Amino acid sequence: MDLLAIIRIAMRALGRNKMRSILTMLGIMIGVGAVIAMLGVGQGARQTVQEQIQAMGSNLLFVGAGTVTRSGMHMGWGSTKSLIYDDMLAIMRECPTAHAAAPGSSSSGQVVFGNDNWATRVNGTEPQYFDIRVWPFQEGSAFTQNDVEMAANVAVIGETVRKNLFGATNSIGQTIRINNLPFRVVGVLVPKGTSAAMGDDQDDIILVPITTLQKKITGQNWLRWIMVSAVSRQASYAAQQQIAALLRDRHRIRPAEDDDFFVRNLADMADVADEAGRVMTLLLASIAGVSLIVGGIGIMNIMLVSVTERTREIGVRMAVGATERDVQQQFLTEAVVLSLLGGGIGILFGLSASYLITKTLGWPVLVSPVVIVIAVLFSMAVGVFFGFYPASRAAQLDPIEALRYE
Amino acid sequence: MATTSQPDVKGATKQDHETIILVRDVHKYYELGEIRVHALRGVSIEIKRGDFVTIMGASGSGKSTFMNILGCLDQPSAGRYLLENIEVSGLSKRQLAAIRNHKIGFVFQGFNLLSRTTALENVELPTLYARISKAEGEKRSREALALVGLGDRVAHFPSQLSGGQQQRVAIARALVNQPSILLADEPTGNLDSRTAVEIMDIFQKLNDDGLTIVLVTHEPDIAQFAKRSIQFRDGRIRRDERILNRPRASEVIQNLPKLED
Repeated sequence: MDLLAIIRIAMRALGRNKMRSILTMLGIMIGVGAVIAMLGVGQGARQTVQEQIQAMGSNLLFVGAGTVTRSGMHMGWGSTKSLIYDDMLAIMRECPTAHAAAPGSSSSGQVVFGNDNWATRVNGTEPQYFDIRVWPFQEGSAFTQNDVEMAANVAVIGETVRKNLFGATNSIGQTIRINNLPFRVVGVLVPKGTSAAMGDDQDDIILVPITTLQKKITGQNWLRWIMVSAVSRQASYAAQQQIAALLRDRHRIRPAEDDDFFVRNLADMADVADEAGRVMTLLLASIAGVSLIVGGIGIMNIMLVSVTERTREIGVRMAVGATERDVQQQFLTEAVVLSLLGGGIGILFGLSASYLITKTLGWPVLVSPVVIVIAVLFSMAVGVFFGFYPASRAAQLDPIEALRYE
Repeated sequence: MATTSQPDVKGATKQDHETIILVRDVHKYYELGEIRVHALRGVSIEIKRGDFVTIMGASGSGKSTFMNILGCLDQPSAGRYLLENIEVSGLSKRQLAAIRNHKIGFVFQGFNLLSRTTALENVELPTLYARISKAEGEKRSREALALVGLGDRVAHFPSQLSGGQQQRVAIARALVNQPSILLADEPTGNLDSRTAVEIMDIFQKLNDDGLTIVLVTHEPDIAQFAKRSIQFRDGRIRRDERILNRPRASEVIQNLPKLED
C-alpha cells in the first residue's frame, strides 16, 4: 500500500471519532503552541539584548577601577584610586590595538531647572566618549576639548533628564544647577533606552567635562573607568590583553597579586547576556515541552483504547491479507497524523500567541522558521514515539483471537 | 466413505491440478499451561476445484481449528497442507498474509464489516492489501457488489443494511480478490431461516460458476445445500460423504413464508 493510501485510511479512521481525535490533538496543539511562543519570547529577548550591545559599539572595551579590600571588607568596583588619566594616555600611546579612549569619573547629583529638580548620575568624560559609544545627539552637540581644558560648566543631558527638567521647553542654552553649580546645556543625547545588559536607564544621565567634575564636584583626581574602542572587533581580545598587561605594569602589580582594575570586552558582555538569555529560553521551552510530552501520552492512551476497540477490525484486516507491518503502519500513521495535525494547529496557536504577546505586553517576539521546522519534526517524533507501542500491540494480535473478540 | 483415492503428496503436481486443497495427516496441539490440548488428531482431506463442502461437528470437535488452518490463519503442529500445490505449512506470517489475500475469501458468522464505513469501502478492504491500483480495486468492488445483488447499495453503511444484506457485502468482500476458495464460518448463524436460504442460494450460484466453497455449519438443513458433507468429532473426520439429491436454494425460497425484508 502506498503512503498516500495509508494516510487516507488513517484520516478516515480518525474522522470516525472526530471529538476524540480533536481532544487528543489538543494536548499536542497546546504543547507545540507553548513551545513556539516561549522560544519566540526567549529568542526575541536575546535578539534585543544583542542589538543593544551592538549599538553600544561593537569594538568597545571597558576598563574599570578594581575592587579594594580594606580590613577584609570589599569596597565594590571603582573603589581603588589607582586608575588615573595617565593610564589612558599610556593605553593610547602603547597599545596598537586601541583606536580611541575616553576617561570617566562618576558622581551623583541633584539637578535643578526652574521649579523642577531631578536626581541623576553625573559622569565626567571627554568629547570622544560620544563617538566611542556611538551615541548621537538629538539636539545641540558635545562639549569641546577646549571645554575640557577650561573645566567649563557645560553639560550634555540624556533624554530622561531632559524630559523631567524641561518637558516641552527647549533645553539647549538653558542653565541648570548641578549640586548648586550652574551649567549650560549644550547637547541632548538620542534616547538609548534601558540597557538590556545592565537593566538601568541609560538616558538618566548628565555628562560634563571630566575636569569640571573632578575639580568642581568630586574633588577627586582618579578615574572610575576608561572606555576604549579597539581598531576592530577581532582586535578587541588582543586589546584586552595588551591593556591588562600595560596596567599591571604601570600599577606595579606583582605576578601573584590580583589586578586592581578589570578590562571587559563587549563581546564578552554580549556572550554573558546571550548565555543568560539562552538559559532563560531553554527553561521556558522545557516547561512548555513538558506539555508536549503530556500530549504524547494522551495520544498513546487514545491509540491503546482504539486498538482494543478495533480488535475485530484488526482481525478482519489480517484475515483479508494485511501483514503485521500493514497493521503496524496503519496505527502508527494514525498516531503521526494526530500529532502532526495537532502540531500544525499548534504552530498557528504559537504564532498567534506570539503576536498577542507582542501586541499586549510589548515584548519583542522572534519566531524563526527553524523553530517551526523543529516543531513539525518534534510533533512527528512524538507521534512515532508514543504511537509505536499501541501500533505494535495491534500488529502482534493473533488474527484468530482478534476475530473472536467481543 | 466417499472420498476419492488417497493422493500421494509428493506426486501432487501436474496430474492433480484439479486438487485445490490437500491435507495430509494434520495434527494441532495447544499448550495450555501444563495441559496439552490435542485439537486435531490426524486429518486428511482432498478437495477438488469446484467442490462445495460443509464441515459439521459439535463445538470442540476441531472443526474451527481445521478451518483456521485451511484459512492460513493458523499453522498445523504436524502434517502437511497444500493449497493449490503450495506447501503452506512452514510459510512465514508475511507469506501467509499474502496467501489469505490472493487465494482465500472469508465469510464470518458476525459479518465483521467495519462500521461507519460504506459497503463499497468494506468490499475494497482486501484490494488495499493486494498489488492493484485504487481504481482497479474500486472497479472490482463494484462488480462484486453487483454480483451479490447490492449494486444499488454501494454508499450504504452497515447500520443501514439488513443482516442478509450485510452478509452479502461480506461475501462481496470475500470475492473481490478472485480467491481460489471461499471459507465461510457459520455464515447463516445470525440470520433468520429465509435469509439463510437466500445466502445459500448465493453460495450455490457462485459454486455453479466454479468457485470452491468450504462452509462450516451446525445446521443440517443448511449443510444439505452443499455437495459434500464432512463431519468432525474429537479432532478426527468421522464421516465424509457426497450429498445426493441436494435441493436448490432458489426453489426452497419459493416455499418459505415471505417475511418483511
